[in-house]
Parts: sequence; structure tokens; C-alpha cells
Amino acid sequence: MAERKLRILVGKPGLDGHDRGAKIIARAFRDAGFEVIYTGLHQTPEQIVSAAIQEDVDCIGLSILSGAHNTLLPRVSDLLKEKQADDIVFFAGGVIPADDIPGLKSAGIKEVFTPGTSTEDLVNWVRENVRPRA
Amino acid sequence: MSLAERVLQGEVRAAARLMRDIDDGLRSAVDELKLLYPHTGSAYVIGITGPPGAGKSTLVDQLTAAYRKQGKRVGIVAVDPTSPFTGGAILGDRIRMNRHADDDGVFIRSLATRGHLGGISRSTGDVVNVLDAMGMEVVIIETVGVGQDEIDIVRMAHTTVVVMVPGLGDDIQAIKAGILEIGDVFVVNKADRDEADRTVRDLAVMLEMNPDKDRGWRPKVLKTEASRNRGIEELVSELEAHRQYLHSSGAINHFLEEKNASLFLDILKERLFAEVYGHIHVNGRFRAVMEGMMTRRTDPYTAVEEILAERFGIGKG
Repeated sequence: MAERKLRILVGKPGLDGHDRGAKIIARAFRDAGFEVIYTGLHQTPEQIVSAAIQEDVDCIGLSILSGAHNTLLPRVSDLLKEKQADDIVFFAGGVIPADDIPGLKSAGIKEVFTPGTSTEDLVNWVRENVRPRA
Repeated sequence: MSLAERVLQGEVRAAARLMRDIDDGLRSAVDELKLLYPHTGSAYVIGITGPPGAGKSTLVDQLTAAYRKQGKRVGIVAVDPTSPFTGGAILGDRIRMNRHADDDGVFIRSLATRGHLGGISRSTGDVVNVLDAMGMEVVIIETVGVGQDEIDIVRMAHTTVVVMVPGLGDDIQAIKAGILEIGDVFVVNKADRDEADRTVRDLAVMLEMNPDKDRGWRPKVLKTEASRNRGIEELVSELEAHRQYLHSSGAINHFLEEKNASLFLDILKERLFAEVYGHIHVNGRFRAVMEGMMTRRTDPYTAVEEILAERFGIGKG
């Protein structure tokens, strides 16, 4: 009767003022049958990584609009490596200039989604790129 | 090294993994739990229950801060509901507890009910055992937002706190059966609201009428404003009073007897069911019974008796 269920952490690092988009995404993941650990606003990279480890998630999806993505997102990647938790797939979405994306990807962010991405595309991406831990 | 050994050394990642294996129902998790069981039983387990939006998560956050001040390590199990339609869940209790996320002395785990009724998940007791074995001195279980009848928490927690808020209903609600019978401590949260004193009174009257479900301990009704950290100290000392009462009165033995019996019987039920269910699925019997019932040629009562007789040599009579 064992069945692996996909667990995903959705949160917002830094100083963004609202989390409407993140909530819509959390809801879409819920409707896709995932267990979404929603940590809300104003998270430090340390809090995010620690929560991801305690919750044993398969995937972290962060939404960021503040412009601090080049600092905060690589910091999350580094912490995951430091804690030997970089098997957790990490993606981000938000207002992120195209020029910044290659740098983020080489810092360990698996995918970067920009405004206009449909929730359906996101769910499909997760289905294709994240497997619940064996 | 096994997951269990790593848990006993306090390794967070191993504990988190084992909790996942437990939740997902892996057989290997059972073997790990066997190794951990002798190392459990020292944590003080507090249950926090009450209707959705009563402030349970915020209260858990404040209690955690209070216990951290005493230097105690705190484990938290926060349960939220699974969608019956998609199997998905949004586990949002951590939002109120984030300040403890990077404190090494706090371990927070969110669980989805995954179809289990009763206010907690099937895995909750085992997850509590993992936290206990890894050295958490206080474990706080936050149930899903409950209505009237979800009372599994009493078997799990040494002390059950029922959190209410002003204005949820008249005093007839307070004399109905269910969660209002299970509180060792009652909290009226959001006590700055107008109706707070009346809610406290209604609860107090209800408790007054209880034919003492447990002579010797009289549950009190406390007022809190969790979001402003008001009333928390009083709540912590009431919890401590109840914990001491359990030990000084010997009521702890009764609690443990009931807890152990229900744990044992739950595992027995689950394993028996899995055994029989697996068997009739593989040999095609399940399908045959379903077809027979469709035409009313087979009745489910006889079918069960026959299957038990075949499998265990028992059943009829």
C-alpha cells in the first residue's frame, strides 16, 4: 500500500510585499495532487533550506519579485549544497530579467519562470523534472 | 548505519526521511520504528485542537518560544487536510512558526491527513515517536481544524488543549458531545474580542456540569491573545500543572494503558487488513465478490466470513 507522494515547498524569500502569485501556484500544485508546504512571506534562505530538510521535500519553488534574486537564490543553492541536500530540485519564478537567468542556472537553479507562465506549464514541468524520492 | 541509528544521534535529515517513509507506508519504516521504540516515552506530548482559524498555529508558535526559553527542545507535528478529490494538500501551519525554522532546538513537520479522519494523520503517532527518540523533550501536535467529533488526539497527547474563539455559537454548542469533552485545558483565544467573556462563561458552565470525567483534575478555561503573546505564561504553567497531576495522581498509568492498547490494536487492524486485502486482490476473489454483489447473488457478510475461514480457519459463528 506504499505510495510515494510528491512534496514541494513553496515560499517567498526576502522582502516581497504580497504572495498572491505564490498562493495561486500553491493551489495549482495542490490540485495536481502534490503535498505543498507553504511557508509564506519574508523567508530567509536559511529558513527555507531548514524547512525543506525538515519536511523532506522533493522540490523547492520560490517566487521572487523584489529584484534581489541574484543574491537570495544562489544563497539557497549554496545552503542546499552545504547541507548535502542538493538532490532537492530547486526552481524559481518571478520578475527576473532574461540576462540574469543564465547566471542563476549555473548557480544551481534548475529552471527560472518569468511572468506569463501558466500554472499548467509549471505543473507539467514539475511532473517531468521531479520524482518523489525512491 | 540505519536511519534509526542516525535518528538516535539526532540527525535531522535522517529523521525527516524516516518520517517520509512512515507517511508513505514503506515496510522498511516499520523495521526502523522497531529499533526506535525502546528509546521513546520521555517526551511530554501536548495536543492542540480546535476549529479552523481559532489560532492554533499561532498558539503553537508562542508555546514553542516559551519552551525554548526554558531550554527545552521542541518537536512540532502540524496536520492539515488532504483534498478528497485530488489527494493534494496545502500544509500552511509553518507560516506562523517560521521564526523557529532555523533554530536547531526545534523540528517542525507538516503532515497531511491523507484520508484519515479523526483530526490527525495515520502516521502522527509514529512521527511523534521519531521526534521523541531524537531527543525532543516537548512534542506539540496541532490537529487539523476540527468540528465536533475528531478526537484521536486524546490517545496521543498527555495533555489536550482545546482552543476556542468567541462567537462560534450559543451555549447549546457547549453541551454537545465531542471535542468539548476531551480538553484538559481550554483556551479562549482572540480574547480581545467582545464576546470573549461570554464564551469563557459558557465553557465554564459546561465544565461545571461534567460529572468529572477524571476526578481530581478540573479543566480550567484560560484566555489568550496568541498573536500578542498574551496569556501564554499562564497556559504554560497550566500545562505543567496537568503534567504534574498525571504523575502525582497516577492518572498517567491509565493514559498509557489506553494509548498502548489503541496503538497496538491499530497496528493489528492495519496489518490484518493489508494481509487479507492483498490476498484477495491477487487471487481474484475481490473482483468475484464485487461481481456477485452487483447481481445480489453474493452478500458481503457471507463473503467476508468465507474469506476469513479460508485465510485463518476462522470466521463463521
